[in-house]
Amino acid sequence: MSGHTDMVLVDENGMRIDGRTAEQHRPIKIEAGVLDNADGSAYVEIGKNKVLAAVYGPRECHPRHLQDPTKAIVQCKYNMETYSVSDRKRPGPDRRSIEISKIISEALEKVVLTELYPRASIDVYIEILQANAGTRCAGLTAASVALADAGIPMRDIVPAIAAGKADGHVLLDLNKEEDNYGQADVPIAIIPSTDEIVLLQMDGNMTREEFDHAIEMAVGACHEVYDLQRDALKRRYSANREEVSE
Amino acid sequence: MEKRNARQTREIVVPGDVLDETGMKPGDNAYVVDGKVRASITGVRNVFQNTVGVIPLKGCYMPKAGDTVIGVINDIGPSNWMVDINAPYPAPLHVSEVPWKVEFGDTSKYLGMGNVVILKILSVDESRKIQVTMKDSGLRRITGGRIVTIPCSKVSRVIGKSGSMISMLKNMTDCRITVGQNGRIWIDGDEENCDVAAEAIAMIENKAQSGNLTDAVKEFIEGRIPQEEGYKEDE
Repeated sequence: MSGHTDMVLVDENGMRIDGRTAEQHRPIKIEAGVLDNADGSAYVEIGKNKVLAAVYGPRECHPRHLQDPTKAIVQCKYNMETYSVSDRKRPGPDRRSIEISKIISEALEKVVLTELYPRASIDVYIEILQANAGTRCAGLTAASVALADAGIPMRDIVPAIAAGKADGHVLLDLNKEEDNYGQADVPIAIIPSTDEIVLLQMDGNMTREEFDHAIEMAVGACHEVYDLQRDALKRRYSANREEVSE
Repeated sequence: MEKRNARQTREIVVPGDVLDETGMKPGDNAYVVDGKVRASITGVRNVFQNTVGVIPLKGCYMPKAGDTVIGVINDIGPSNWMVDINAPYPAPLHVSEVPWKVEFGDTSKYLGMGNVVILKILSVDESRKIQVTMKDSGLRRITGGRIVTIPCSKVSRVIGKSGSMISMLKNMTDCRITVGQNGRIWIDGDEENCDVAAEAIAMIENKAQSGNLTDAVKEFIEGRIPQEEGYKEDE
């Protein structure tokens, strides 16, 4: 957002530096149930982003003062590996990862049926193995697949994707260069069944018209991500299945 | 038992999937928004009369009143024991709910840390506070044998239709087996037979979703333990 470059991010044909058009997202790969020891897990690749999410719970909430007698709490921990970015990331929670943990847990709390498990805690761990802009969206996408994989009751799966502005063009799913040298970044997450928005942030500046266009594009792409999430879960559970009886 | 007219539609659903739009009622793990019944959990779509629900494929054990469970003593208080029953909530076992007369402060003389007990869930209230009891037939402290743990969603497969699977396991392996609804199974008997029973249960766990499981398990046990007078189905 802050940097300046002579790089042409969008050429005269509307092509971006990685060969995408403005409305195209990066290739997405989702796999559910990749870890044995967690209750649920998922691995997501969005372009060069590589994200692993694991879920435990519902389980007894510790420390006790965090318990809510009316509902379960969703505790999320977003963590970037030291090797996830080109210059070594100093390990441990920082201002940015605390913020992302908070917004992701709040987004997930909206879909998980927390009132079924009062006083319990559902713990979500998101590890960014490799970052290339849009990790909070990739993290949330992975976390919601991991929650569904853990068999936790939820209203819907949450897909997330970013839109933004670079070189004066409104673009979908910014990559690192577009994010660093662009004018705006708008991550968004929705509940696909109702199109409710559970996460929306904006870094940078856009006009109202550009913003509306970005939201429209991102919501459309969220539905594509949602289909991939469902596919991943169904692939995991339909293996060697013939019949289930009571 | 009610008859389930369920065989035809066995599709995997994930949270948010539409189960029905024609006005059926939501069953287990389903909810309605705008007249559409949607799944709230990953599982298998299940139709029963005019309700449509989801049978979960995974998930933690949620205690229900009347369940028989196998618990491990976690903590000892002056008038109760805390029992780990594999649920998200602690289960206190009060001294008035054990078959012995326990003086205040004498709790550790009867049940110690790590002891394994068969319990029954007395009640689960609104805020998921659990009460358990040991005052019923068959509820006791267990010694010897071994405990195997399976996901609680697979418990119904280990028991089988009206107990067919579990009675076959008991008869063929000649082991004492107690299945807790929380996914803990106690097996006691001859070492080698126990091994076979544990392996058979692991096999049920792994192949829980395939058909004709009872026959496959029967074949497996026959291969491991020669059945002398031949096992009869209708025992």
